Parts: sequence; C-alpha cells; structure tokens
Amino acid sequence: MNALNIKRGSTSHSAYDLRNRFEERLERHVLAVIVDNESGVLARVIGLFSGRGYNIESLTVAEIDHLGHRSRITIVTTGTPAVIEQIKAQLSRMVPVHDVHDLTVEGPSVERELALIKVAGTGEKRVEALRTADIFRAKVVDTTLESFVFEITGTSEKVDAFCDLMRPLGLVEVARTGVAAIARGV
Amino acid sequence: MSRPMTGAQIVIKALKDQGVDTIFGYPGGAVLPIYDEIFQQSDIRHILVRHEQGAVHAAEGYARSTGRPGVVLVTSGPGATNAITGMTDALMDSVPLVVLSGQVPTFMIGNDAFQEADTVGITRPCTKHNWLVRDTADLADIIHQAFHVATQGRPGPVLVDIPKDVQFATARYRAKTEARTGHYQPRRKGDPEAILAAVEALEQAERPLFYTGGGVINSGPEASALLRRFVDGTGFPITSTLMGLGAYPASGRSWIGMLGMHGTYEANWAMHDCDLMLAIGARFDDRITGRIDAFSPQSLKVQVDIDPSSINKNIHVDVPIVGDVATVLGEMVALWEERGRRTKSEAVAKWWETITKWQARNCLAYRPSETSIKPQYALERLEALTKGADRYITTEVGQHQMWAAQFLGFEEPNRWMTSGGLGTMGYGLPASIGVQIAHPEALVINVAGEASWLMNMQEMGTAVQYRLPVKQFILNNERLGMVRQWQELLHGERYSSSWSEALPDFVKLAEAFGCKGIRCENPADLDDAIREMLDYPGPVIFDCLVEKHENCFPMIPSGKAHNEMLLGEDATQGVIGKSGAVLV
Ligand SMILES: Cc1ncc(C[n+]2csc(CCOP(=O)(O)OP(=O)(O)O)c2C)c(N)n1
Ligand SMILES: [Mg+2]
Repeated sequence: MNALNIKRGSTSHSAYDLRNRFEERLERHVLAVIVDNESGVLARVIGLFSGRGYNIESLTVAEIDHLGHRSRITIVTTGTPAVIEQIKAQLSRMVPVHDVHDLTVEGPSVERELALIKVAGTGEKRVEALRTADIFRAKVVDTTLESFVFEITGTSEKVDAFCDLMRPLGLVEVARTGVAAIARGV
Repeated sequence: MSRPMTGAQIVIKALKDQGVDTIFGYPGGAVLPIYDEIFQQSDIRHILVRHEQGAVHAAEGYARSTGRPGVVLVTSGPGATNAITGMTDALMDSVPLVVLSGQVPTFMIGNDAFQEADTVGITRPCTKHNWLVRDTADLADIIHQAFHVATQGRPGPVLVDIPKDVQFATARYRAKTEARTGHYQPRRKGDPEAILAAVEALEQAERPLFYTGGGVINSGPEASALLRRFVDGTGFPITSTLMGLGAYPASGRSWIGMLGMHGTYEANWAMHDCDLMLAIGARFDDRITGRIDAFSPQSLKVQVDIDPSSINKNIHVDVPIVGDVATVLGEMVALWEERGRRTKSEAVAKWWETITKWQARNCLAYRPSETSIKPQYALERLEALTKGADRYITTEVGQHQMWAAQFLGFEEPNRWMTSGGLGTMGYGLPASIGVQIAHPEALVINVAGEASWLMNMQEMGTAVQYRLPVKQFILNNERLGMVRQWQELLHGERYSSSWSEALPDFVKLAEAFGCKGIRCENPADLDDAIREMLDYPGPVIFDCLVEKHENCFPMIPSGKAHNEMLLGEDATQGVIGKSGAVLV
C-alpha cells in the first residue's frame, strides 16, 4: 500500500484551507479491509468514517476465516485523492486491522453485488418484468399470483439499471448487499 | 503452571509484571475487588485523586515526565465518563496511558444497571484502542496487550473495561512474556531510499530548517541526543512546536524559538522562507501552518513520523519517512556522517544572517511597567530564579501557557507538560501532581491562569494529602485572557463572558486546603515572593496579580500566512478578515 504518494497541494482537510474545494476531483475507490473478527470492530471502522467526515457509499462485512477470526469489510468510498490516502492510512493504523487493499488501484478486480427485488403486477406488466429479468439473468426466487422476487447479481451499475427498468413495472421493494470485490488473478 | 487467581488479583499481578509503581484512581462499586487487592499489597502505590479527570491528567504528567505509561483506575458509569476529557487529551498529545475501568457484571450489561455506561462505546473515538473483558481467562493477555498498544508506535491512551463478575471469577495468570499481544507492530525503521533522499537534500540545501515536535520527545532520550548531534553537526537552525520544547536545548546555538500561532517572528519567517524543511515528529497542526495554501511555499519537505496518517494530512510532503524518530535519525545521522558531513556551509551562513536580522526584531519585547506586574515579566523572573534547578513545568491553557512557552527555556526533554492538541483548561494542576509523584525531589511548577486553575482546583487536596510540594504559579489577570484577546481582535472589544468574577481569595483558599498561599501585586516585591514560594517545602498557591489587558504576541491571526504575523505594536482591530473569523 502506498499511502504517501499524493500530488502537491492536497489539502482539503484543514480548517485553514480557503481554496475552492471543487477544484479537486472526487474518486470512487473500493477498499477491502481485513480485520480481527471481534466485537466492536465494525463500530470502530464506521466511527472512523463518520468522525472524520469520510463518505461511505456501501459497506459489507462478513467473517471469512472462522479459525483465524478474520472478517473482510468491503467499503466503497468517494473522496479526493488526498482523502482516499488518509482513509487508508487511518484504517491501517487501527489495532484490529491487518490489511487494507485499495482494489481500485492495485490492478484489475471484480466487483459484484447481489440484490433481491420485489415486483408486483399482473397482466402485460408481469410478463414484461419476467422478460426483462431473463435478459439480466435475474432468477425468480419467489412468486405469487401478483408478485415476483428476483435475485440479481452483478456490478452496482447493472443492479441500478435493472431497478430502473423494474420501476414502471411495479417495483415495490429492493434489498441490496452492497459491493463485494476481489482482485483478479493470484 | 500457576494456580488460578481472581480477576482482581490478575489485574494487580499484570500491573506489577509491567513494572507499574503508581496508579492514579478513584474507587467505586464496580472496582471494589481491585481496590481490595491494592489494599493487600505494597509494591504499587495508589494515589487517590479528587476527580477522575484529575487522575487522568496526573497520569499524563507522570507519563510525559518519565516516558513510562501512566495508569488510571476508575469505577463504572460516572467514573469512566469523568475520565473522557483526559483520555481525549492524551490521544491528541500522544501520551501513553492505560486506563482500567470497572463495569457492571456481564449479565447486567445492556440493562441500564446502576452506574452502567457503554464505556467502550463512549471511549472508542478517544482511545487508541479499548477492550471489554468478558472472560477472566482473557484478562491477563488483554492487560499486557493494552500496555503494548499504549506504548508502541505513536503512543496513546487505551482503556480496559472490566465487569465486576470478571474481577471475582478465577483463571490462570499469564505472564507478560507469555502473553499474546496480537499482531500490532508498527514499523520503526525508515525506508533507506527515503533516508538517502533526505540526506542528499540536506547536503544541497541553502536555507534548511529543522522543524521538530512532540514525536522527538515521545521517541525517548536517544532521539533528543541524536537530534542535538545532527543539528549541531549541520549547523542548521531549529524550531519546534509547543509539544517539542526541550528536545533541543533553548540555550543551544541553533535554537530560534518556538513556531506557530504565538511562535517567534524568526521561527515563522524561517518556516516561510526555507528551501528545505526537516519535519521530525511534528504533524503540521493548524496552529503551526496558519494558512495552508501559503505555507512555506518554496521548501522541499521531509517528514519523519511513526504514524503514516500524520503524513500528507494537511501538507504535501516530498520525502515521507515512516518510522520511529530515534531509529530514523540514527540511520540519517550515520549516513550523513559517512558521506563526509557535507553541507552548503556558505549558503547556510548567509541564511543565518537573514535569520539574525529577523531575530533583531526582538519579537517577544513587551512594554515594561513599574506599577503592575506584566505576565511576561513574572515569567522572566520565574525563569531567572529557577534556572539551573531540577525543574519541571506544567501549564494550564490560555495566554499564560503561550507566555510560558515563550519566556521559559527548556534544556532537556520531558520537562515541559502542557495540553497542546486539545487545549484542556484544568490540565496543569493535576499534571503537576503526577510529575511530582514521579520526581519527588524535583521542583514542579504549574504556570496557571486563574480561570483554568479553578477547573480542577479540588486536586489541591491530593497535593496536600500526599505532601507534594507543587508550586501553583497563577498569573491572575481576572480574565479568560485568551478569549478576551480574541474578542478584542475579532469581535469589536465586546467582552462577552470573558472575565473571572467572584474569584476566591487564593491565599485563604490555600489556608483552607492546608497549604501555603502567597499574593503578589507589586513588581518590586516579585523576586522575594517567588523566592518565598521556592523556599517553602510544601505545596504553594501563588496568586500573582498581573496586568489585566495584556495581549499575547507575536500572533499569526487565523487565516493568515506566516509572513503576515502580528507583532505587538501593529496589532489593531479588524486585522482578521471574515474568512479568518470562522476559524478557531
Ligand atoms: C475546558 C476548556 N474550556 C474552554 C476553553 C476555551 N479557552 C481557551 S483559553 C481560555 C481562557 C483561559 O483563562 P485563564 O486560565 O485565566 O488563562 P489566561 O488566558 O487568562 O492566561 C478559554 C476559556 C478551553 N481551552 N478549555
Ligand atoms: Mg486569566
């Protein structure tokens, strides 16, 4: 991890920065944070983000190694390059944190999100919903005479697009997991 | 294998194993088993404070004057919440503390039990790390790990919350040497390539400057010794933050005074004009940088810090070196010496000429008075009359703190204890107690403002109980002086709630506490009064009535650059613009 390579003048975090903040471009980064699976660890990570005013677009967490007591937190965040470097440095110095990977800069990676989407409707709309689901390779995981629950997996953009198409067809409820991501190759 | 012990016994055993000789604390229902163990042994001394905030600041004073972690013991609920300010203070100033708090029994947690508070929840953002111990079998490991985390890397406060049933239950003790302390292991050695880049830069520099901070002191005496060797070897000028005073001696020939908001004219101008800045254990705090986009525009910046998040936070650094100050300085000095101790000595001599011109502005000059005691004069006399003594200084927060930093000279590290990052009024008196406990024979003086001092004045009882001859040197301007100064400069002299009314009679107060009180209001009497304070073998409250409307200069107003600093004479209202007024 290189937390130290930031362009000159990256200073948007100070009380004394009187420059126009819009000059600095926001970037979206996906971070994978490997932590000890102990109570309070998620609260620490979230508290860091809220306490220092960083953004969280999505956050997922689950245990990945039961014997080793490790969990993986995947955080999608946005910020200027300097803020992203600060976030990584701040995460890295937390006691229960083992590793911080910035998947956005550490080479190619895959990102997936799972969503469960409930669509209610009858007649032509119901048929159209099913047809669209098919195109998106969404699975029907529950059905009644007036509703479907679809399961869709893909990038966040794909899930967004699917939700947009379902809205006029009777979308009633969405449950999304947030992004899980992993580097390609070994 | 050792036989089972109760949780409370494990706590005391682990503290002894860690070499703890003193605990600052206050008892209550949730820590009674631990207090019972304290009662039955004599290796560890417990200092009963009068308020838990006092315990934490006392532990800070102990830690900062010795380099060893301070230990605090408080009860659950209000005991823990009273300790919050001190922990936040220690976090901001990187002071190693281990705070042990009692908690309601595990089976009652979450039920709003009597004196229950979510202590680990409340203290998560104000500790480096904290633990709730749910099982006595984990207790020894956690306490050893707590000491490890508090002292390794950038030091800081940690908290261990111990439910009462965990204190009663039994488990086997695990010694320090066999404890599992986890993977936390910050890097100490610097990157050799970055160190080489730094050395090459300093060999080429024409206007170099050392900018040092509290990290040098936290790194230990070795770091200060190496810094002195490096500074004196290169002949480069050196300035320091408030927290770093004493790492390089104030009498050293390369010392140009503290920098920052109330730093010297020469230090701030040198920061602005240098071409190489060697930032060592300093974190570019906003009190130091002033206006960020005008901060030292021409310099190449090298920064040595053990905390990677301190690098590139506010200011872009060209050569970052993550590592322990002593370790990195050792490598850097060795490399520079090995390469033939090269500097551009002619250019550096010219740089010194410029600095000498700035020094000639005599920026700390003040208008003397024969009728009233100027606070600066009081500190000059205190300095003159205590010079050469085995002296430790603590302060409260306000104008008096800045004057103390300007007018007292520090020759050694760990001799200056002040609340920098948090600026906690009420720090100085309990801190002086902690220092005196650690250094029973030394002269310990708290340079105080009357308003700050009142915030933890109950600790005078602690000083009297333990016969600690701390000297409370109160610069009494009957004002919240620093607030009043800002109101004068920023808010049209509308002094909203910034005076100290209904002050106690400090001499009578001293008598009520059972110590000595001295009042002085005439400059002609000051030396004798200070001598009387120094000669008295017990604690003293010295009420020094000073000029009420003196302002602290030089000052870089908020939102201004280093080269826009105000010296006393040109200070007028309206110098701080609208954009500056929103800043603190
Ligand atoms: C706990 C706390 N509350 C408020 C402040 C804001 N504050 C900073 S300096 C100051 C005035 C301090 O007055 P005094 O102790 O008499 O010192 P002086 O400035 O007069 O030397 C105040 C209120 C603070 N730093 N800490
Ligand atoms: Mg005052």
